[in-house]
Amino acid sequence: MTHIQFPIPDMTITDRREEIIAALAGVVPEECLIVATDQMRAFETDALTAYRRMPLAVVLPRSTEEVSAVMACCHAAGVNVVPRGAGTSLAGGAIPQEDAVVIGVSKLNRVLDFDRKSRTITVETGITNVAVSAAVAPEGFFYAPDPSSQLACTIGGNIGMNSGGAHCLKYGVTSNNVLGVKVVLNDGTIIDLGGDAMDVPGLNLLGLLIGSEGQLGIVTEATLRIIPTAEGARPVLFGFDSSEEAGACVAAIIAAGIVPVAMEFMDRPAIEICEAFAKAGYPLDVEAMLIIEVEGSDAEVDASLARIIAIAEAHGVRVIKQSRSALETAQIWKGRKSAFGATGRVADYICMDGTIPTGQLPFVLKRLGEIVAGYGLRVANVFHAGDGNLHPLILFDANDPEDQARAEAAGNDILKLCVEVGGCLTGEHGVGIEKRDLMGFQFTKADLDQQLRVRAAFDPDWRLNPAKVFPLEGRLI
Amino acid sequence: MSTLYVPASEDELAELVSRAAGTGERFAIRGGATRGAIGGRAEGSELTTTGLSGITLYEPAEMVIAARAGTPLAEVEAALADKGQMLPFEPMDHRGLLGTEGTPTIGALAAANISGPRRVAAGSARDHLIGIRMVNGRGEIIKSGGRVTKNVTGLDLVKLNAGACGTLGVLTEVTFKVLPRPQSAVTLAARGLAPEGALTALADALATPFEVSAAAYIEAADAEPSMTLVRIEGFSESCAYRSERLSELLAHHGAFAPVGDEEGAKNWRRVGNARDFAAPNCAAVLRVHVAPSKAPSILELAQRLEARVMADWGGGLIWLGLGADASVEAAMAGIAERGGHPMVVRCAADTDWPLIGPGRAVAELGKRVKAAFDPQALFNPGVLAGYL
Repeated sequence: MTHIQFPIPDMTITDRREEIIAALAGVVPEECLIVATDQMRAFETDALTAYRRMPLAVVLPRSTEEVSAVMACCHAAGVNVVPRGAGTSLAGGAIPQEDAVVIGVSKLNRVLDFDRKSRTITVETGITNVAVSAAVAPEGFFYAPDPSSQLACTIGGNIGMNSGGAHCLKYGVTSNNVLGVKVVLNDGTIIDLGGDAMDVPGLNLLGLLIGSEGQLGIVTEATLRIIPTAEGARPVLFGFDSSEEAGACVAAIIAAGIVPVAMEFMDRPAIEICEAFAKAGYPLDVEAMLIIEVEGSDAEVDASLARIIAIAEAHGVRVIKQSRSALETAQIWKGRKSAFGATGRVADYICMDGTIPTGQLPFVLKRLGEIVAGYGLRVANVFHAGDGNLHPLILFDANDPEDQARAEAAGNDILKLCVEVGGCLTGEHGVGIEKRDLMGFQFTKADLDQQLRVRAAFDPDWRLNPAKVFPLEGRLI
Repeated sequence: MSTLYVPASEDELAELVSRAAGTGERFAIRGGATRGAIGGRAEGSELTTTGLSGITLYEPAEMVIAARAGTPLAEVEAALADKGQMLPFEPMDHRGLLGTEGTPTIGALAAANISGPRRVAAGSARDHLIGIRMVNGRGEIIKSGGRVTKNVTGLDLVKLNAGACGTLGVLTEVTFKVLPRPQSAVTLAARGLAPEGALTALADALATPFEVSAAAYIEAADAEPSMTLVRIEGFSESCAYRSERLSELLAHHGAFAPVGDEEGAKNWRRVGNARDFAAPNCAAVLRVHVAPSKAPSILELAQRLEARVMADWGGGLIWLGLGADASVEAAMAGIAERGGHPMVVRCAADTDWPLIGPGRAVAELGKRVKAAFDPQALFNPGVLAGYL
């Protein structure tokens, strides 16, 4: 039993499937067009796997021009389009509809330009996040946003969802790391926004596009900011007897003028799950754990960690574990980055993504535990402590429809709690279908109508990703 | 004499705008009016946000501050300094360059996306703006973003309004992410480098792992040799280490030596505020945003136009001061040809030099986005002309 509604498929479109496929075959070669049911199955969902819809057809164009031709073709036929990167969205941002054509950017995966003097790389957006860093690593650079799915997720998807990651405390999220994009609009028009310079003057449609979840266009190329790789980086791991102490430690570090590259929090259930999977050497007798990473030369790292450890000691830290080798560093991070996968071995789970003011952390963790327990379920918490981005993993049994309904209800209550304490429904996963119907908790009608009007400026007929982001009710525009 | 409106509250402002929607009255929005006509000159009744003042939220441990749009910038900076924090993007002060007086406001930093030297490393005003409240052209109070860093739910109207120069609505409250003020700073200077070599040195410096926080070039003038500047910030022992390594790495470009703290700070104010370009030194002043790899061709053009130049952001921002005989139009065309984005910040006559617009399709989109906020075009008519 799943609770999120999809629009009823438009029969006048699905009845014309053969004709629409023929039209698509007229603009892209056969190898780019997927129409067989068994082959389309790979595209029927994303990482929100409880929801599946078989699309009308899937197109994987090889160039911006082909994306444009396909968009124009769909526009002429009055067919909806669902843009897709690698399909790793946890919010259901890439789930198709029966009456929509999926346009995937996965074949657009080339590096187009590397400009060392400007510290930028221009890529096609089907390239994976990790491949961008790999491409510039020999030159001593990296691409900063690092979502946990970075091995698979595409830059196109990152731009769609304004993805973050563990290291964005220091380097910002996707929107802080994109200088320009090439976009195909719903009618096939190709435009460039931003450019290769910092802060190109004029109306900033680029900033609007990033995080717009495929509602405004399909991004086919992007010029990204790359950053020189630090001389070294090393994490320290702290164990605390309470999440209050861990939260106070985070606040004190910032108050002392230190901004680490990453500050990650895990609670006891998350520690146990990740340790069982990754053997990362996490302490199993603490209630809360922080992983804090700093960068620089060996001496700089030593000095920063000494400062941070002194603060932790003043806040009742019970376990201190400094990484002594690259191997230990990798293991510490492996535990954290595999949190979702490791949890999946223990139980089915839904991964929530909300943001809270960091000062509210102890209160929210307590309330969150009560909420989930109230539904008779368990929760494991991992989150980016520096920026208040929570990822509660609600554990349930997917074979029990009532259990799934309870998990979804608990998740909704947690997101409402985030908004109540001054935060947001989403940090870095986007709204998708998952949080679509909660938008009214964060925004007034006037706020939402303003967003809808802006959306309509790009896509007045609601052709692009129409089932997502905005509540299905009240779409006056 | 046109009217001056000073609404004392968001509600009063919303009511004023609602009333105007029926009368055809237009508004030229301003804060402290110290920054001239960024994005173009606006026509209409003057509407200032200075009646909307005061810090509404400051949580040092969360590195976030919110203030009503008309709050004096100095008030915000003082509150931050008191807790050892700062606005990371080191906003420019336009008063010296433009000869304006008055009190810069926090809202203008958001509306006009005002950054300074640290922008090259830390990001722009737009990058640090995480929440806004505004009144749109329907007289509705709208919010977007919030007080948390990862703030985007739905469409990011925050980033869109940053730099929109008040064309979409009147910002009433802005929320910025802030950073700890660095414990110390070291500025390295090399004197007498030629422009091309200086730009290469800056690019090399910014490609090191030593976290250069600012990188600029001031050309030779009168008896003074050119100056190429890089800055390192952080804890003092770390600054000492990084600045030493950096001067070794840059040695083949020239002798980069530390200057005194006071002289360093003075130089960065000189770069950030572009005071050298004030009248009567230059008849017209252009600000050029360009990919640093294309900066040498802009400097070469400047030389041909006998323009005064200064490069900030490692070449990503170039200031051009034209003499009275030079053609602004020709300079803008030449800059655009070379891949730069010129903006006239000041010119001799009381003429208006709009930005060079984007292509037709983007301009059409801009017009529709403008109408989505301000259907009767009440706000800042004439501003960002080519884009709306």
